[in-house]
Amino acid sequence: MTDRTWIILGASSAMARATARALAGEGVGLLLAGRDAADLALIAADCKLRGARFAEVMRFDARNAAGFAALIERASAEEGELNAAVFVGSMPAQADIDADPGLIGHVVTDNFRGPAEFLHRLAPLLEARGGGSIVGIGSVAGDRGRLGNYCYGAAKAAFHTYLSGLRNRLGRAGVHVVTVKPGFVDTAMTWGLPGMFLVASPDAVARAILKAVRKRRNVIYAPFFWRWIMLIIRMVPEPIFKKLKI
Amino acid sequence: MIWKTTEYAGWGQALKATGEVARPERQSDLLSLPPAPAFGLRRSYGDSALNSAGRVIDMTRLDRLISFDPATGLLEAEGGVRIGDLAARFAPLGWLPAVMPGTGFATIGGCIAQDVHGKNHHNAGSFCQHVTRMTLLQRGELVEVTPGTPAFRATAGGLGQTGVIVSAVVQMVPVKGAAMMVTERRAENWDEHLAYLDASTATHTVGWIDGTARGDSLGRGIVEEAESSSGLVKSHVPVATVPMNAPHFALSKPIVRAFNEVYYRRVPARGRTSVKPVGAFFFPLDKILEWNRLYGRRGFHQFQCVVPLSSAPALRAMLEEIANSGLCSPLAVLKRMGPGRGGYLSFPMEGYTLAIDFPNRDAARALIKRLEGRTAEAGGRLYFAKDSLAEGVAMRAMYPELPEWREEVRRTDPDGHLITDLVRRLGLRSAA
Repeated sequence: MTDRTWIILGASSAMARATARALAGEGVGLLLAGRDAADLALIAADCKLRGARFAEVMRFDARNAAGFAALIERASAEEGELNAAVFVGSMPAQADIDADPGLIGHVVTDNFRGPAEFLHRLAPLLEARGGGSIVGIGSVAGDRGRLGNYCYGAAKAAFHTYLSGLRNRLGRAGVHVVTVKPGFVDTAMTWGLPGMFLVASPDAVARAILKAVRKRRNVIYAPFFWRWIMLIIRMVPEPIFKKLKI
Repeated sequence: MIWKTTEYAGWGQALKATGEVARPERQSDLLSLPPAPAFGLRRSYGDSALNSAGRVIDMTRLDRLISFDPATGLLEAEGGVRIGDLAARFAPLGWLPAVMPGTGFATIGGCIAQDVHGKNHHNAGSFCQHVTRMTLLQRGELVEVTPGTPAFRATAGGLGQTGVIVSAVVQMVPVKGAAMMVTERRAENWDEHLAYLDASTATHTVGWIDGTARGDSLGRGIVEEAESSSGLVKSHVPVATVPMNAPHFALSKPIVRAFNEVYYRRVPARGRTSVKPVGAFFFPLDKILEWNRLYGRRGFHQFQCVVPLSSAPALRAMLEEIANSGLCSPLAVLKRMGPGRGGYLSFPMEGYTLAIDFPNRDAARALIKRLEGRTAEAGGRLYFAKDSLAEGVAMRAMYPELPEWREEVRRTDPDGHLITDLVRRLGLRSAA
């Protein structure tokens, strides 16, 4: 099936690039959206040479909702199945947030508000077409607030809840929503951070994402074993958890 | 974080370095970094990708294909693109890189910095002879380098000392398809082995050599000749990963002898022709990921030399010493090279090249030292991509165009920001 089109938000991220490349190999059309136009142009060229039906660079800035309409309009011009994958997000160090709580606004906008508003504007189009998939990248950090990154985690938790509701709504129209909760992935975000273990490659996560889309899974952890790690972490009683440093 | 402090190694795992590594995800990230030597997937065996004295830049995330023109076969790609990826993507479309090294995990940047050769060297020459443009990050600026200039000759095989290789345009050649028609023949001894290599008219020719065979069987092996072919073959994907460092006896003498015997006998005495996937012929070892762990925690060395055609008897004497030592591993390759080379420090010369792996042991290191001496006496040359033990004086004498290279590198990296452990160990940049 080559009449599929995927909107990739935050297409410069390592996970997004790996996903776009895997999709290119399947011959889909790609709208690669983000802020670094020069880098996106290289990614688009790469995806085309790797088999994408087309690959175009679009602007997307989670902090500028005024720009969302143009991207949605461009997508609507493509016939056939429309899909979207949201990789945008930001994770400032908790210490930076502690020093400047004003950063919380950006964390919420980048990880929740911008993506949710975009998806909400896109949803009617997918509903009208009666198919397609939405992939939202959450985080294991959103499963429980922890000392190390609870503002980021809180924004991701909001996004998880939003995706859950969106799935509930769009499922009725035949549109599937996948929530992806990556553990540690070998990206710029985790490069050189202390305490990393069982780090997955972006390619492995991309494969897991596309498999989840094919199998219409609802919530996946990537790699899969984070489901069990997070199950344990969620089960720790709060009186104990509040004393932990994990 | 930009800089990650970590221990990293060359492919042989015998030489390691600890230091700060940056891994830019975009070209803009790369441009904002202070100057440092770059590495790709670290398939060079020794210390050419290491910098114990400072920082390094990991280029593997800058791996985008930029453009391809089917009218000319010219492909532009970033330095971190893997050769095996190029082959897998383009062979079904009827194109392959003109020169491919023995592993598909080598990056374009690495292939340029070592001016690698392939099984078709006798026909096609070296990798950089098919590069039509390179974009380097030189003293903070992007600079384009084209063939026929000192800057190009200093970069081809130039060990990354003229600047970080950001992207390059390489000439792809038309092929019939994603398959190779491979003919394998037993060569019963050294003389027959060389005779097959000398007489071969095939596009790709390489000999596997049984480094444990002695006496009348010295130099026996399998000569492989191959041509591009169409046909339906399964894709060449890794089937296994070596999960951890193997115990030291994994490649001990009886095991290697037994393996080599089976490997030799696997080809019938009359020879055979088969159709293989492109990857299976060019990158046979890529089937097993992280196979370097088979040599255990202490790692291994590869000895590779090339000697002039007239020094074939000297090469035979070296093989005899190797066979008598009982230290050889299954991986041993003999090939006849043509004269093609792209840069001042390129390895190839017309003659015979022998490459053999040894586990990292005292006896093996001593043997390699003696082989290095014999190589120098034979008028031959050692390969920077493989070396981890050579002496600077001997090695420098093998590269007569070193002064020209030095002059260019002095201009492009005057403060020595790009010096690696290999360049430092062999004193390549200090005036003799």
